[in-house]
Amino acid sequence: MSRTTRLALFGVAAVGLGAVLVIGLAGLPAFGDYRGVYGHVLDGIGVTERHATDLVTALNFDIRGFDTLGEEFILFASVLGVVLILRQLRDEHQHPNQEEVDEHKFVGASEALRALSLVLIPVLLALGVYIVVHGQITPGGGFQGGVILATGPLAVFLAGRYLRMRIVAPQVVVEIGDAIGAIGYGLVGLGGLVFVGVFFKNFLPLGIPGHLLSAGQIDVASTAVGLEVSGAFLVAWSEFLDQTILVRSRGES
Amino acid sequence: MSFLPYAIAAWLFLAGLYGIVSSRNLIRAILSLTVVQSATYVILIAIGYTKGGQAPIFADIPQTSKAVDPVVQVLVLTDVVIEATVSAMLLALAVQAHKRFGSLDPQKLRALRD
Repeated sequence: MSRTTRLALFGVAAVGLGAVLVIGLAGLPAFGDYRGVYGHVLDGIGVTERHATDLVTALNFDIRGFDTLGEEFILFASVLGVVLILRQLRDEHQHPNQEEVDEHKFVGASEALRALSLVLIPVLLALGVYIVVHGQITPGGGFQGGVILATGPLAVFLAGRYLRMRIVAPQVVVEIGDAIGAIGYGLVGLGGLVFVGVFFKNFLPLGIPGHLLSAGQIDVASTAVGLEVSGAFLVAWSEFLDQTILVRSRGES
Repeated sequence: MSFLPYAIAAWLFLAGLYGIVSSRNLIRAILSLTVVQSATYVILIAIGYTKGGQAPIFADIPQTSKAVDPVVQVLVLTDVVIEATVSAMLLALAVQAHKRFGSLDPQKLRALRD
């Protein structure tokens, strides 16, 4: 199909789809006129029932904990997919002299950039841990904090030291972290099954709302997810970076 | 005025679709897909909004305060994760497509043309 035909066909379809969307959306309650009951019920009971002040995290890791199990394994499976798609093909080889690649590729990274990224690493890691463990109190949680945690080792790459990044966060360690996080979250669910008889029912002491050790299993689940997410992102990033830095097709140098 | 957030969602959805259809570059098509997905963030957040409602974080507001629906916010979080994973997979496929066909133009990918 030529580009012009495709665009013409899309034009016709888009007008129809747009009309249906506008008619459908116009049937929704006006913006700000919330008719749901569930949201208000949860807003009312979240703090008393779960001792968590951030209801988004409370929902994510407790009330909707089972859904998050699926979400987490989607992330896990897709990272496996990325690794599988970007595997070393038969006609490819890793650059023989890795140290040489390191020096060759990043001559441009200035001393100032290197120093700055070194300073950034502890800050990023501390922020990541803070976001992960305070998820039940203030906005945050495992998913958000996990991504920030993963940017710590990435700062080493920013400093122009890709292979050094592989030393700071070796592939094996990152992969194991990813797997332990994924399993850990499942174990939290099993804990509910074993100790109180319901999968993903909160089985740990709830504590005082607003305290770090509160809301029972939420913090544990959040930490497991944080570990999994940071591992998953690091695995995916290093797969992509490997493609540009280390893997060469036969024929290229 | 109260229809505006929904209109924005519909516009993002269609604009993203146009991006996918008109793309001459796979990376641009993948970015357009993320535009399509961002329409769902807007629609979800808009549906959960209640007039005068605060964020459903009761750390520094009284527990009885009027707050917006937290469920849709969790759904948006799920949505963001899915978007990240889908983009990662598609970008990986684009890398391999470029290796095989030496081009990112969808028209030039032999496997798609035959």
